[in-house]
Amino acid sequence: MPNRDRLKAFLTLLPSMILIAVFVYGFIGNTFWISLTDWGGVAALAVNPVRNYAGLVNYQELFTGFLGGGFRQDLVNAVYYSVMLLAGAIGTGLILAILLDNKPRGEAVFRTIFLYPMSLSFIVTGTIWRWLLAPQGGVNILPTYVGLEPLKFKWLSSTGATLEFNWQNLLPIGLYILAAVLIISGLMIVRQNPSRALRRYLLPGIAITIVTWLAGDLLPKALFMEETHGFNLATIGIIMATVWQYSGYTMALYLAGFTGISQDLRDAAMLDGATTAQYYRHVALPMVKPITISAVIILSHISLKMFDLIFSMTGPDNAETGHPALNMYLTTFRANDFAKGAAIAIILFLIAATFIIPYLISSYRQRRVR
Amino acid sequence: MKKTIVTTLVALAATLMFAAGPAQSKDLSGQLEIFSWWAGDEGPALQALIDLYKKANPNVEVINATVTGGSGVNAKAVLKTRMLGGEPPDSFQVHAGQELIGTWVKADRMEDLTFLFKEQGLMDAFPPGLVKLIGADAGIWSMPVNIHRSNVLWYVPANLDKWGIKAPMSWDDFFAVAPKIKEAGVVPLALAQNWTANHLWESVALASLGPDNWDALWSGKLAFDSPEGVKAWELFGKVLEYTNDDASSLSWQQATDMVVDGRAAFNVMGDWAAGYLSTTKKLAPGKGFGWAASPGTGGEFMFLADSFGLPKGAPNRDNVLAWLSLLGSQEGSDAFNPLKGSISARTDSDLSKYNDYAKSASADFGKDRIVGSLAHGVTANEGFMNDFASVMEMFLKSGNAETAANAAQQIAAKNGIGK
Repeated sequence: MPNRDRLKAFLTLLPSMILIAVFVYGFIGNTFWISLTDWGGVAALAVNPVRNYAGLVNYQELFTGFLGGGFRQDLVNAVYYSVMLLAGAIGTGLILAILLDNKPRGEAVFRTIFLYPMSLSFIVTGTIWRWLLAPQGGVNILPTYVGLEPLKFKWLSSTGATLEFNWQNLLPIGLYILAAVLIISGLMIVRQNPSRALRRYLLPGIAITIVTWLAGDLLPKALFMEETHGFNLATIGIIMATVWQYSGYTMALYLAGFTGISQDLRDAAMLDGATTAQYYRHVALPMVKPITISAVIILSHISLKMFDLIFSMTGPDNAETGHPALNMYLTTFRANDFAKGAAIAIILFLIAATFIIPYLISSYRQRRVR
Repeated sequence: MKKTIVTTLVALAATLMFAAGPAQSKDLSGQLEIFSWWAGDEGPALQALIDLYKKANPNVEVINATVTGGSGVNAKAVLKTRMLGGEPPDSFQVHAGQELIGTWVKADRMEDLTFLFKEQGLMDAFPPGLVKLIGADAGIWSMPVNIHRSNVLWYVPANLDKWGIKAPMSWDDFFAVAPKIKEAGVVPLALAQNWTANHLWESVALASLGPDNWDALWSGKLAFDSPEGVKAWELFGKVLEYTNDDASSLSWQQATDMVVDGRAAFNVMGDWAAGYLSTTKKLAPGKGFGWAASPGTGGEFMFLADSFGLPKGAPNRDNVLAWLSLLGSQEGSDAFNPLKGSISARTDSDLSKYNDYAKSASADFGKDRIVGSLAHGVTANEGFMNDFASVMEMFLKSGNAETAANAAQQIAAKNGIGK
């Protein structure tokens, strides 16, 4: 009777397949279509708005237009924000998990305390941290309790920036990053397979570096004018709040992974003379690699979609802490520029897809191998 | 056919209502949904209007739909999704002027209210300049409930005496005293988050350009990147040198607090600050706090107005017409405005109900040159206002007047300013 089972399974799944096809993929398609039109401007909200096909103009304006500067800064912000959030939340979560894995007294209490921020909504977190990070209160006056001068740092409104680069040099920078990735991956496998490492990674990496360094000026400029973007220091406040909220979550993920490792393995490692540090470095961490991967994916797409936390902490029109998701909302629902808002949405979607699709493919392959 | 019947009925009802006066309006029934962002401090003022309406029309169920959020940032987004979804509220709050016209009138979503203005005799009750500024060439699109003034400079008289200075009449006066105050450790001009920078810009630009050029800017006759336009940005940059550097983390109330506490000398803010200073801070107008037209704009009244309109397809059109008539009436506006801290758009309002600040503002409104506010939606459409916020961010970061003026011209062209 396998055929009838298949039919039943298909019929059971059919409603959700249709719903997902319409409400997820259909709407993604519709958004993409809108992003290719010129829907916006004065009569955008008419009953039957005029929508002409305009090709990739919206994307072009966002990346190369004079007025797209805000969007480009937001994009840079989002990249720095994602990287810092990943490092912060995974690092902190891992340390907490290792500490708790060693079963200190009151472990259950700590676990609850660390996990608790996760249960708050972003709006609440954002409001609390906005007060904590106010220029003349909260964190800044902590040192006065031990008789020191109050801090002067403007957590959410500093206009300072570091790691600045000129958007015009986007291509050379991209090539340098590519070269760095190649060289690092080459160095990582150089001991197991020297010839492959040399041929596939190290030599191309070094070649790209040299060529870019010599001929970088010949590459086309990404923009017609000089435009510097960087890591805005005001984002630090937002990153702190997000790390606070999410490190408990990564801790829980790792803790579950560590608990799943058999005690025998740990005992065996200890018998062989491994220290605790060595045990985590060489035994436990490699075993929870799938958890690290899912944590990276979950956190990176949360950071790409982040809206409410930033909105409640710094509100609209705060370029220092801007994020493409905020920009999309304001472009669409305040400026009535629906086409450009849709273009921003599609760009965010594509960036998120670059994280998720490789993961889906690899997990699909693994399943088929089994 | 159905439409004809409805139109006839509406016309009949309207004639009946206005011919026979308020006594007949008791016949109205059904619902009236009022959509606004007046939830917090402004809530009681709106409630006073609703109470008046209910007294006149006891059979109408009034639904007070508010969406909170300063200057309607969230309410406007909710309104747009409702309108797009074909479910308009009966009447909604909107800043009078281009913010309404650029978004809703150009989209053919609003009914022309000229007939109502004529019936109610409002053409003469409002100052002549106002009707022109809240309407496009073809029609009047909303009923103003209140008038606020944008270009006001606030200070505490006792503090000024202490520092031995006077409220500046022009920005040159300001630059003459500002370094002295700054040396004494006091911020010469308190500023708050970004929209207040836009707010300050319009006062500075009005002073730099003068009212004729200001109007020319919005009718497209003067370019933003003209020498005059660049000069306005340069002056604004100079003014910014005397503001506090933690501005973007403060709310406008906190900036006003700096003046009250003596940490700052002046603050340019709309006259809702008068309500905040007298109601929340319990200061007496004239004694506890003082005001003047912002430097260089004496004799000019930069106004903004909240108003209500009638969207096409409103489910309860008759009820809305009664509501709008109430808003435009002397009774309605004198019930609302003293509580809101604004003045009435009517020239015949009963000033005994208002405080000292409002009395002086009312007098100015009657005789000053009236110009529209940019930051609060009178002169430019929402697309321009949104993009202008980005230009402002750019300027606050770079301080380059030339680039800012160029950018402003580009966004003006993109958003069809003056067309």
